[in-house]
Amino acid sequence: MAETVLALDELTVRFRLRRGDLTAVDGVSFSIERGQTFGLVGESGSGKSVTAKAIMRLIPDPPGEIPHGRVLFEGSNILDKSDTEMRALRGRRIGMVFQEPMSALNPVFTVCDQISDALRTNLGLSKAEARERVIELLSLVGIPSPQKRLDSYVHEFSGGMRQRVMLAMALSCNPSFLIADEPTTALDVTIQATILELITGMIERLGMSLLFITHNLGVVAHACDRVGVMYASHIVELGDTREIFANPQHPYTVGLLNSIPRLDGQAKYLTPIAGSVCNMMDPPSGCKFHPRCSHAMDICRREIPRLKEIAPGHLAACHLHDRGTA
Amino acid sequence: MTAADTLLRVKGLTKHFTLHGDIYSKLAGEKTQVLKAVDGIDFHIQRGETLGLVGESGCGKSTTARLVTRLIEPTAGEVTLKGEDLLAFSRRRLKEARKEIQIVFQDPYSSLNPRKTIMHILSRPMEIHGLAHSWTEKREKVLELLRRVGLGIEHIDRYPHEFSGGQRQRIAIARALSVDPELVIGDEPVSALDVSIQAQILNLFRELQKEFGLTYLFIAHDLSVIRHISDRVAVMYVGKIVETGPAAALFDKPLHPYTKALLAAVPEADPTKPAPRLTLQGEVSTPIDPPPGCRLCGRCPRESAVCAEIAPPLVDVGDGRQVACHNL
Repeated sequence: MAETVLALDELTVRFRLRRGDLTAVDGVSFSIERGQTFGLVGESGSGKSVTAKAIMRLIPDPPGEIPHGRVLFEGSNILDKSDTEMRALRGRRIGMVFQEPMSALNPVFTVCDQISDALRTNLGLSKAEARERVIELLSLVGIPSPQKRLDSYVHEFSGGMRQRVMLAMALSCNPSFLIADEPTTALDVTIQATILELITGMIERLGMSLLFITHNLGVVAHACDRVGVMYASHIVELGDTREIFANPQHPYTVGLLNSIPRLDGQAKYLTPIAGSVCNMMDPPSGCKFHPRCSHAMDICRREIPRLKEIAPGHLAACHLHDRGTA
Repeated sequence: MTAADTLLRVKGLTKHFTLHGDIYSKLAGEKTQVLKAVDGIDFHIQRGETLGLVGESGCGKSTTARLVTRLIEPTAGEVTLKGEDLLAFSRRRLKEARKEIQIVFQDPYSSLNPRKTIMHILSRPMEIHGLAHSWTEKREKVLELLRRVGLGIEHIDRYPHEFSGGQRQRIAIARALSVDPELVIGDEPVSALDVSIQAQILNLFRELQKEFGLTYLFIAHDLSVIRHISDRVAVMYVGKIVETGPAAALFDKPLHPYTKALLAAVPEADPTKPAPRLTLQGEVSTPIDPPPGCRLCGRCPRESAVCAEIAPPLVDVGDGRQVACHNL
């Protein structure tokens, strides 16, 4: 039976700013099973990265706070853990790959130094042992002649190679769970293809679970088992990848899919979503998507729709589906 | 296809940057290196069509855009605009030519002056080119431009920071249109935008082309965007055009190994399509002192002995297509 590795339960993240409160993540719930890749997709500012940071407890407080919700990792609530417990968790049990490897890696240490730092602190390896392990890791992520590149600095690597170094570092302490926050966004398409192949292959081989954050629906379609679509701090649709792409139910998901130009496409005009994302400091009442939605009804302006199951394993937060369940 | 229909023609266009090493390498007597950003490219754009220029970072797309607008001077080659030699233009004639060629940049956050109102940003080009004289005339024209790109009257006295990324790109497009150009160059004009906004801007480009009979040189790294917007496509790899032809034919049946590899690497937003994969070995070759021969050498699955020796020229293969490969 599938075992749940990570479960978010009504996670809410709020930032108290001078201009007022901003709810970046609002009642987000989803779970990831062992060996599964879960894609969190949405446009800029939808709350994807804040969700990831909240899981790692990397939200600065103040101004950030988590007024309610739980993050259950292997059954225990991460939000209740002490700083010492968190340090034992980060890197060792949960690894993280960030979007911009140049700013996530330290420019003044060699690659070997920064990866072995984690190995020596977390696993108590000696300097020589750590070095051996770094060579192993670098060849695992496909860096050619790792013995030679070991003592290089980050600026001596290309973008794709830097992302491999990030991945090697994230995998260094054998975490069972990996968070990848837009790991291929800064990369060219051919390099993106190799990094994607590398990540998905690694997940399978090491039996890990993955939370994959991206705005690229193409990447989600090929890298993820399940998908959550985020819009303005809410998850609006959740389900198996094939089901979401074949049978999208939320108007926002439909709009996103219709906005993408296709490689084989003859469509001369795209069908974009009207308007732009709402101001999160002053969000609209009811469903946050209603000002852009062509199906908006009265109830959409009044009530925030709840995420409801509309088919087995397929959930959507839209009043259009109320009739079916009422 | 007659010469009169050709708006822009580029022949053997080349831009080499000399890299000056630091004082130590000079003392050590090391040779200066040459970065061949654009290395002898040929293309032409017919009136009213869209030529898509696609390639990965560092392949010379943006340098090409800057060369054909003479924002930088080429090392060698010819650029002719409506049959006239653009590179021989005097300063005065070049200023006039700038009215005919406008450019929309990638990042609408840095391409608009944050201290000027939209009215100023959109009316200044008209003033420079003497297209509007009285304040009322300018104001009217600016309002018309705003309306045309989907913004409202209320936006005219605001500053760029009051707009979202998509709206700013609309302003940048309105600015390009303010002098009634013939050729608009878009240098990655949609890559900084979210997909729902990107679709709006792509549609806007299309509508404006139809309405004003514009000609586009559209530069992007996103292949599906290029497929969507272009009539013809040119694929660049490390300073060279490797393949060019009508968009549909080129995407449906790519001929050059690099074009094939690019297309195979695109993750399509459809899980039933084949997964993206890389059909080339290694990483993008360097444009710094490249060896003679094909730039794809060492990565190509179809490589033969001749490839390392002689750079393949772009040759006609019929149906308006050209490919630069020894082993088709």
